[in-house]
Amino acid sequence: MRKILEVRNLSKIYGKGCPRCIESTGPEADTNMCPHCGSVVAIHDVSFDLHEGEILGLMGESGSGKSTVVKNLYFDQTPTSGSARFIEEDAKHEMFNLNAAQQRRLRNQRFGMVYQNPHLGLNFGISSGGNIAERLLMSDVSHYGEIRERAKELLSRTEVLLSRMDESPAAFSGGMQQRVQIAKALATNPPLLYLDEVTTGLDLSVQARILDLILEIQQERNTAMIVVTHDLGVIRLLTGRALVMKYGRVIESGLTDQILEDPQHAYTQRLVASAL
Amino acid sequence: MQTPILKINGFAKHFTLHEQGKQIPSSHNVNLEVYAGELTALIGPTGAGKSSVLKGIYRTYLPSAGEILYRDRHGELVDLAQADEYRMLQLRHEEIGFVTQFLFCLPRQSTLDVVAHPLVVRGESRESARNKAAEMLAALNLPERLWSISPATFSGGEKQRVNLARGLVAKPRLLLLDEPTASLDPVTAERVIGIIEGIKQEGVAMLAIFHHPELTHRLGDRVVELTPPSASLTTQAIDQQEKVYA
Repeated sequence: MRKILEVRNLSKIYGKGCPRCIESTGPEADTNMCPHCGSVVAIHDVSFDLHEGEILGLMGESGSGKSTVVKNLYFDQTPTSGSARFIEEDAKHEMFNLNAAQQRRLRNQRFGMVYQNPHLGLNFGISSGGNIAERLLMSDVSHYGEIRERAKELLSRTEVLLSRMDESPAAFSGGMQQRVQIAKALATNPPLLYLDEVTTGLDLSVQARILDLILEIQQERNTAMIVVTHDLGVIRLLTGRALVMKYGRVIESGLTDQILEDPQHAYTQRLVASAL
Repeated sequence: MQTPILKINGFAKHFTLHEQGKQIPSSHNVNLEVYAGELTALIGPTGAGKSSVLKGIYRTYLPSAGEILYRDRHGELVDLAQADEYRMLQLRHEEIGFVTQFLFCLPRQSTLDVVAHPLVVRGESRESARNKAAEMLAALNLPERLWSISPATFSGGEKQRVNLARGLVAKPRLLLLDEPTASLDPVTAERVIGIIEGIKQEGVAMLAIFHHPELTHRLGDRVVELTPPSASLTTQAIDQQEKVYA
């Protein structure tokens, strides 16, 4: 399996930061807010690799920084420091050294993102089909008929009723909105997909079908994924390896079955023990 | 002289429970060898840490001490206690199989797909994988009417057969078996024994936990007996032991 992503020492601090931010935050300090300057150390020193077709889990409770990691990798935010290298068969990209146009190209053509909140991923002012068309247009497909066909194909793959593709996602249920988001993310057949709490807040039967869909897509297309979730069931079901985060730090990483059956860190033990 | 596929030296596993401030000893000072086409039987009373040895090899548990030297199909020696995660995943996909005591599989998947999965992961077509899965399920006497439904609602014995079929179908180089016949009726158990004998002939190396002395006697080429860690073993004592094994 080829390595496609290499993240090294990624850090993101909200606020002006001070020389004591790092030592004053983290799991030992039991906070992510620096008591000296009030800055929030959202993530610090996060490093990991991702291989082709692999599903990596980022787990931890709210505020642990797990979403910040994917937001930085999707260029929704700019990291304070650190590097990420995206590796294609014929090219390597130092992601945070690219100019805005190059970053947009990666974001539109090579990455896909599914947010917990569909409002972030979808444009509610246009139809569901239009949402997909928008992404295809940004990645150089411009023939109307072709776009329409591709949108149909994607929506039927994610089991969205084609009879409703001309409606705004605003009229859809939560589960259906997530399906449109997944279809949109897949539009350019990206090798890397970020999934940020995609099933959180959906009812159980809808969750199950979304998770099945994600697994099917991974098997069909060999898409690598980074799955952000606080749900241990999702971690167990989807991922092969996982990172456990707390107050912006990775406190433990390993094979998913090992993290769940033989957690090493006190926090992970508590997390696993509190699973329903 | 034949070289072992797997050689374990001074393996130990204990659990540190931070919340309770306790160390729970499990396996200690385990030494064993497994050879191609042979079965090494792991015996001993409950609590002797037999399952911990298997989980340590598969790296579901992180070993606390010792080496787990595995010789891969290219003849390269790898210490499974130290191997990185990608190496472990690769070995799990290609060479090392594990039939655990309890079946864990993806929900809502048909039994046939559950069993075919290890072959699909290796790159076999779904159709050919399903055919082999069907053969194995038939050999293990699982009624065909169950193949298209998820094992979630199956009885203990049916689940175990699914679990066995999944472990056996990919013919790994090294197969770890945790009480493979525990909840089976005598007829099915006899079939399982026949299959184990068959894959042994094909050269598969096996490390198996058995509770029945009769099975150990029939299938085991080597026997390794584990003893439970003594009840008086304190945290300190564990630390000292580790030094000895290191």
